[in-house]
Amino acid sequence: MSLILDKVSYVYSEGTAYERWALKNINLKLEDGEFIGIIGHTGSGKSTLIQHFNGLIKATSGGIYFNGRDIYEEDYDKRELRTQVGLVFQYPEHQLFETTIFDDVCFGPINQGLSKNEAGLRAFEALRSVGMPEKLYYQSPFDLSGGQKRRVAIAGVLAMKPKMLILDEPTAGLDPKGRDEILDLIAAMHKERNMTVVLVSHSMEDVAKYVERMIVMNDGEIMYDGTPGEVFLHYKELEAVGLAAPQVTYLMHELKEQGLPVNSAATTVEEAMESILKAFR
Amino acid sequence: MEIIKADRLVHEYIRRDEEGNVESIQTALDHIDLDVQPGSFIAVLGHNGSGKSTLAKHINALLVPGEGTLFVDGMDTSDGKHTYDIRRSAGMVFQNPDNQIIASVVEEDVGFGPENIGVPTDEIWTRVEESLKSVGMLHYRSHSPNRLSGGQKQRVAIAGVMAMEPKCIVLDEPTAMLDPNGRKEVLNAVHALNKKKGVTVLLITHYMEEVVGADFVYVMDQGKIVMQGTPKEIFSKVDKLKKYRLDVPQITLLAHKLREAGLSVSRGILTREELTGELVQLYGSKK
Amino acid sequence: MFREITLGQYYLADSPIHRLDPRVKLLGTFVYILSLFLFRDVVGFAVVTVFLVCVIRSSKVPFSYMVKGLKAILVLMVVTALFNLFLTPGDRVLFSYGILKITLEGVKNAGFMLVRLIYLIVGTSVMTLTTTPNQLTDGLEKALMPLSKVKVPVHSIAMIMSIALRFIPILIEETDIIMKAQTARGADFENGNLVKRTKAMVPLLVPLFVSAFRRADDLAMAMEARCYMGGAGRTKMKPLRYRKEDFKGYLVLAAYFGGIVLWRVFGG
Repeated sequence: MSLILDKVSYVYSEGTAYERWALKNINLKLEDGEFIGIIGHTGSGKSTLIQHFNGLIKATSGGIYFNGRDIYEEDYDKRELRTQVGLVFQYPEHQLFETTIFDDVCFGPINQGLSKNEAGLRAFEALRSVGMPEKLYYQSPFDLSGGQKRRVAIAGVLAMKPKMLILDEPTAGLDPKGRDEILDLIAAMHKERNMTVVLVSHSMEDVAKYVERMIVMNDGEIMYDGTPGEVFLHYKELEAVGLAAPQVTYLMHELKEQGLPVNSAATTVEEAMESILKAFR
Repeated sequence: MEIIKADRLVHEYIRRDEEGNVESIQTALDHIDLDVQPGSFIAVLGHNGSGKSTLAKHINALLVPGEGTLFVDGMDTSDGKHTYDIRRSAGMVFQNPDNQIIASVVEEDVGFGPENIGVPTDEIWTRVEESLKSVGMLHYRSHSPNRLSGGQKQRVAIAGVMAMEPKCIVLDEPTAMLDPNGRKEVLNAVHALNKKKGVTVLLITHYMEEVVGADFVYVMDQGKIVMQGTPKEIFSKVDKLKKYRLDVPQITLLAHKLREAGLSVSRGILTREELTGELVQLYGSKK
Repeated sequence: MFREITLGQYYLADSPIHRLDPRVKLLGTFVYILSLFLFRDVVGFAVVTVFLVCVIRSSKVPFSYMVKGLKAILVLMVVTALFNLFLTPGDRVLFSYGILKITLEGVKNAGFMLVRLIYLIVGTSVMTLTTTPNQLTDGLEKALMPLSKVKVPVHSIAMIMSIALRFIPILIEETDIIMKAQTARGADFENGNLVKRTKAMVPLLVPLFVSAFRRADDLAMAMEARCYMGGAGRTKMKPLRYRKEDFKGYLVLAAYFGGIVLWRVFGG
């Protein structure tokens, strides 16, 4: 199970005054079971990039291969691709439409051609795995809080049993607790199901805590691709393009410059604490 | 005299069924006391649903007190004849940048408020120019808001409020929908207005980092004010903040954890410089 | 696909046409449209063409921008032309096959009809390309103000129009996102019969309406917060004032329209 992007470029409004290269020559390989963070500020091309993963946008040039097959082949089943590569959009308000939460989650499975019963079973399972209380299943999704709407939206994609789950800014607009809950949930799903998860975010601090691999996008190109520790070594370059590394990264670098024997590659509060305490021991 | 003074302010959202019977009552503001001095920068912190947006709407007389009183610039908000003047002296900026820009050209949007309060044409132009300049958006005056970034749109919204020359601006989660760059832009603009123009600022947010520069902080939970103090005082109570579903900036959290682990760093550390300084000193004295 | 639709697209330039008072342009467009249906021979056609070319030239908008709008009505143009071509009765039959018959009158009618449609789109796009949506609504508001004496809510109508113009692009973009979000869940907006396609619209329209209502709610509150209380007591940042050029504009219009009418009545 892998997704390969080969020299993918995408141009908006080609041939007009508003022509803009959203993606420039992207080469990328996503492996089975990875937990990946894609970081970049608004307009860096990260949303455009993930919409290529499930064929919502067709590349202006270059090829995309899912499990070795070219998704731009004429007889390639795009709908099947979309059930394999599940994409949850940024705002749940853009997809919730049914009168009950349960029916809304059934929408994907029914589009897959499953029977009502099978779809129902899928919906139950998906709603349970995102931690929705059962008493809410038959309520309107529009009355839920922001965090719960987000869970229903994720369940709506999970119910299609994708092999790969992509989430576009799943924490936008949530408060800190809501944000942590959603991120913990995603991390748990990655662990339990061994699903490939791609998390798109503009927050370095959020992502560093969870992912194993980080892809930094800037101006339509991949700027860095590596573990959070490796990526944050370039904290000065990141800052130059308007992406700040986590505060602890800065702190650790400053401490090291001042002569403390600490590990400047620490990216989370826990790692930093360990390293500082070790220095003082 | 306080520019905003709330005394045991109560607001209830009452939900009724089709026959008009009361289905549920939700107390959004539960006996709030608030004193805001002119020229100060106040932050109100709270998670979603803590009642902080309801409070904001009261200050702009978009809602009126159920119980208790609220005075804005000496005017009672429950007195309907002051509504217009209250909105002139306390401007408001909302969360969603798209849903508060009315005109299709930046400068016309900034002019909307002054038009409403009957400012003469020539003066509208000076005010529009002045307020766009104060948020660094003068260059974009003839642009369409649709092509601006989130942070730029919010700065236009702030300019739109500033053009009405209010004494106070209330910002209801102005950065919740923005990326880190946008957030920084908006915060810098707000701080500049507070310092240079002496406008009283009431910033409502759930981002702790945005509170660091405030003069005074209120923390809300379930419609009540549960903590108040300077940022330093507030941030020294890490465990309490977590209880109210709030985040603590990484540096403050790290300092707190190091303290718990036995290092003698001081309480309520807010900035990287402070922590670096203390750790370097500690390390030096250990040797 | 929705990105390609452009509405009220303003082309920024500094030209005599751009500088004209929107009221002049509104009346001008009205008069121009009338004139399109008044001419019936080559001389009239020539006058209209000269007028249109002069206006386009002085507007400094590239001609290609005006032609864009034609694509949208291509089908309408073809259908209209065919109808006129085959269904115009006449004596001078040029071609006949079974019940199909093309007459000289038919060719003439089809030709004029086609020209009228093209001129209509190109001409009105001159107005939308040289006038910002806000100038346009301001112009309408001012021009229709006398109607407020008979209790027509002119100010509210103008406000509604300008808000609609601001939000249409936003809602179009939102529609695009919702479509993608539902497509990602396996929705299919393109295949199937009419019933199936209509049903497929529900997952698109519900979120769109919910969002539109929410925006309307937010916007109403934001307007209230900025002391909006209807049209009474408002001043204008950009009040409409006639300048010398505008009266010249009216004179040109009068001459043009007079010429067309006179030719229709006495000429040819």
